[in-house]
Order: sequence, then structure tokens, then C-alpha cells
Amino acid sequence: MSTQGRTQTQAPEKDARAEPALLPPVDVIEDATGITLYADLPGVPKDRLNLRVDGETLLIDAEIVLAVPQGMQASHAEVQRTRYRRAFTLSRELDPEKVAAELNHGVLRLRIPKAAHAQPRRIEVQVG
Amino acid sequence: MYSSQFPRDLFAEVERLQREMQQALDPVSPSIRGFARGYPALNVGSTPTSVEVYAFAPGIDPAKIEVKLERGVLTIEGERAPVARPADGKTTLHINERFEGRFSRVLSLPDDIDPSAVDATYRDGVLRVSVQRRGSAQPRRIEVQ
Repeated sequence: MSTQGRTQTQAPEKDARAEPALLPPVDVIEDATGITLYADLPGVPKDRLNLRVDGETLLIDAEIVLAVPQGMQASHAEVQRTRYRRAFTLSRELDPEKVAAELNHGVLRLRIPKAAHAQPRRIEVQVG
Repeated sequence: MYSSQFPRDLFAEVERLQREMQQALDPVSPSIRGFARGYPALNVGSTPTSVEVYAFAPGIDPAKIEVKLERGVLTIEGERAPVARPADGKTTLHINERFEGRFSRVLSLPDDIDPSAVDATYRDGVLRVSVQRRGSAQPRRIEVQ
């Protein structure tokens, strides 16, 4: 299928150096009208989620906010960073103007529709 | 394991390895079962009055998370549904990294906890279990006569 592998992860140099971040696991599903991306961002409230489309790059940048009691000492930590970051390269037929996002229970759902001209059309075959 | 664990940034990776080695040598690791990485990831901390467990379990119905505390062992169990996709065969799954299926994590808590004072909240995909410690175990200042 020609659509295989169109979304690939890329860490832009300038962001990779900024602050170490966790790479959130994602699921990416494509159907006829667009792409749906799910990303696990546990601990991220809505106001700390930053989504950006810069040219053909989609950047997910988010910060973890945990309610921690005063004076707590960590004894075991599997999540050792407070930031998630991951970038994807969009392909030309996707419409970056119409990206819709929702964040629910720490899961980000992004819907990126294909531009109208890129949606499949059925072409009638005329019998002459 | 998924590709997020492959090196991306060499310096960050070396840093992470160093931290992991330190952690492996750390004598206060919770328990042999709790140490293994899995889903959900766990962070544990303590204050003089409570033990705090943070389970990073996004996208789960809070009513379906089972939290049990039995003889000082905390168990967090549940199930995460696979990603929703129509079964018409017209979709392509390009990347599939997120955890799905049943999960269970077990953690030994310190001896001084009070099993009747447990509080669990789920917010932004993080389950926080807060267990109070018994008063007698809290440090007390003893007056010298």
C-alpha cells in the first residue's frame, strides 16, 4: 500500500537538546478520510499540552503535573522525567489546518483529515 | 519492547543508563515484583505521615481499576481495551505501541502503614494511592528530662 510508513518519528535537533523528555507511546491508524493518532500522556492536564504544526512537522510537547504532598521523598521512580515530546512528519495530502485534538484521562486523540482533493473518489466508467 | 526505548539522543541515553544503574544498586527498591518495568509505570514516595504510589495508567475507566491492599501488599489491576478501529478492513494500523490487555502490578509497602486509611484518586490518567502511616511510627521528639 502506498500509504505505508508515511508517518515517521523525528526528533528535531533544537528540541532534542532543550530538555530531556519521555517519548510517549502512540497508535496511528489511517482510514480513507484521514489519520487518527493516540498518544499516552499520563499526568498531563489540558493546559500543559502544547501541540504545534510547523510546516510538515507535528510536535507534541506536554508537561506532567502531579499532586505531590510537601516533603515527599521519592523511593522508586519509573517515570523520571516531567515532560513528553514527540514529533511526526506529516505528508502533503494531510490537512494541518484541520487537526482536531482531545485529551481524556491522559490519552491524547488527534484527528488529521486528508485534504478534500486527496480523499478517494469513485470514478464512473462510461460505456460508450 | 517498543521503539521508544531505542537510543535517540546519545547523551540523554547515557544519563538514563547511569540513573538506571544507580537505581538498580539502590537498597530501598520496593520489592522483587514491584521493580520490574511494566504497565502501569509506578512512582513511589513517602512522607513522615503517608506512602504515596503513583500509577501512570492513562485511558482507563476509573471504575474498572481494582486497587487492593492485603497484608502490606498493594495490588493494582485492570484491563485496557485495544485501540478502537472499525472492523471493515479499510484501516491501516501504522504504529501500535500503546499497551493493551490485562495488567497487574504488585508492590510491598512499608510495615508501618495503616490498611484502613487508604485513599485512591484518578486524575489525568494517573492513579494516586495514598496510604497513611500509623501514628506510632511517626518520628516523635522525646523530651530529655
